[in-house]
Amino acid sequence: MIDSFPPGWLLIFGGLLVPLFRGRVRSAYMLLLPALGFIQLLLMPEGELLQVSIFDYSLTPVRVDPLSLVFGYIFHIAAFLGMIFALRVKDSGQHVAAFVYAGSAIGAVFAGDLITLFVYWEIAAISSVFLIWARRSERSHRAGMRYLIFQIASGVLLLAGTLAHFYQTGSLAFDYLGISSLGGMLILIAFGIKCAFPLLHNWLEDAYPEATVTGTVFLSSFTTKMAVYALARGFPGTEQLIWIGAMMAAFPIFYAVIVNDLRRVLTYSMNNQLGFMVVGVGIGTELALNGAAAHAFADILFKGVLFMSMGAVLLRTGTVKGSELGGLYKSMPWTATFCIVGAASISAFPLFSAFATKSMILSATAENHYAFVYFVLLFASAGVFHHSGIKIPYFAFFGHDSGIRCKEAPRNMLIAMGLAASLCIGIGVFPGVLYNVLPFPVDYEPYTVTHVITQLQLLFWSAVAFAWLNWVGLYPPELRSVNLDSDWVFRRLVPRMFGPVTRALAGGWATMLDQLGRRVTATLQTVHRHHGPHGILERTWPTGSMALWVAILLALILLLYYR
Amino acid sequence: MPENANTDSHEHSSDANVVDPAQSDKKYWLDDLGNVQKIYRSLWVLCALLVAADLFYEKHIEFPVEGYIGFFGFYGFVSCVLLVLAAKQLRKVVGRDEDYYDR
Repeated sequence: MIDSFPPGWLLIFGGLLVPLFRGRVRSAYMLLLPALGFIQLLLMPEGELLQVSIFDYSLTPVRVDPLSLVFGYIFHIAAFLGMIFALRVKDSGQHVAAFVYAGSAIGAVFAGDLITLFVYWEIAAISSVFLIWARRSERSHRAGMRYLIFQIASGVLLLAGTLAHFYQTGSLAFDYLGISSLGGMLILIAFGIKCAFPLLHNWLEDAYPEATVTGTVFLSSFTTKMAVYALARGFPGTEQLIWIGAMMAAFPIFYAVIVNDLRRVLTYSMNNQLGFMVVGVGIGTELALNGAAAHAFADILFKGVLFMSMGAVLLRTGTVKGSELGGLYKSMPWTATFCIVGAASISAFPLFSAFATKSMILSATAENHYAFVYFVLLFASAGVFHHSGIKIPYFAFFGHDSGIRCKEAPRNMLIAMGLAASLCIGIGVFPGVLYNVLPFPVDYEPYTVTHVITQLQLLFWSAVAFAWLNWVGLYPPELRSVNLDSDWVFRRLVPRMFGPVTRALAGGWATMLDQLGRRVTATLQTVHRHHGPHGILERTWPTGSMALWVAILLALILLLYYR
Repeated sequence: MPENANTDSHEHSSDANVVDPAQSDKKYWLDDLGNVQKIYRSLWVLCALLVAADLFYEKHIEFPVEGYIGFFGFYGFVSCVLLVLAAKQLRKVVGRDEDYYDR
């Protein structure tokens, strides 16, 4: 039974029942689901556990191997921590969305074929947008729409790629795909959108900061890491990924320095961390793939702590703008402490998680003699400390005292941050535990004298650079502003260039629909007048609209049939 | 400026969360500029010590340039200064008013 019950379903279907419960029972239930799911994973044997045949196609909805397991474990941990953080949210719709989203991400990493992957890919896309819309503002509504368009585009490309791949190879299995075929290329772009490749990235920075306090924590955990998993499965050793990853690691950090919304700073730094993972996948050696998986694992935890701490600040003060904050360590000492642990972890300080995970990718880059990429990643490592490691805690909790005095974060949030922070330190101090669950056997020792000293040099000199620039007044102040990114293209350029055309098209389309609707309704009314039981059409609106749509569909089918 | 913080309309902001400013009179160690200066100076000392540490062990490296004493410190410092100076220029190009997209 447990063997063939797909991982993730417990969260998807269990999550749908959350609104039935209240109070403490609901809290217990919300924590029980990911805990049970985690136990299920521990008990599962490896292999293709579930195979079904639909028509002539054989699908593998559940395939368990070390690569899927490491992502399965961390997704359950992320769901558990996120739920603790979100326990006090009364809006049960958000809980349902978060559970379905987490569950579908888990399902995706255990999908053994491309069709199953596509289904989970789309469920994750649609469920996650509700975490943005749940903020219920005009701004979040529009950001959510833009987010959804990118996510659905990724799904459409995945499906198109799957069909092309099937046509060429006759296989639907989700294994190594490569980019030598059209199908592989389309699927790579589909994954690339979700992984925030350069120029396909901006949905991430655009939408995540507009989600709810708790929603952003969930969003930061799943979509992009699911994409990293998919790349590691389908495109290991694809050299182009090394260069794409290097670009991702380098460019977002320039934005991170000048962006004011501190949750948006974190999304840029997330884009930068994804770059490291993509480089790892691109190199594709055992060490590099282990590094990519390990760094994804660590990233979910430290990004979790950082987004949680900024969420707590937003909850308590009503803003996360660097220009408005400062001196919050006085009011929120615990949140500040956990934030610093997260900051130290993302910066790869010795004894913190990324020191043991990111370094695997850097070592693999050096071992394979990608000197240029290695030094780009080193630059990105210094940069990430600069903006995530220092800027975030400094402008929120220290710096110029904004005079804001508020309450410490609620207890459940502190517990979630505390647990996540402990795991960050745990991985840093006992990396062997994480190394044991990586896809390949690990022969890597992070704690060598050279690594510790050189890393400390890199970090402390970066810190002193920040302090010096601040001291002499060269550091750019936090300003109330937005910064144009590639989203400008579809938020400004395209509407301006094609504005008249699209308006005309939209107008024409609306007129056409209107005309068509009127004609169909008129026909229906005539029909109904003669044959309806009471002679008057559309007493109940839903039946009427249903009939209308059926009529439109039939008309379309007829039209297509005769062409 | 607590009023500023509340102008950001958001469902979570509420006055109940803002504690009476009278409580903020408490002096913290970091409020003293002299102490901040101490931290700043010790940071430089620590950095110097870390460079000196390069003299006392055998570096295992892949690329020759990494072998120079204090290379990683130099690289980190220069990276960050260039990063910030470049970002300042970038702000001139891409920075817009906060309500740019809302207009």
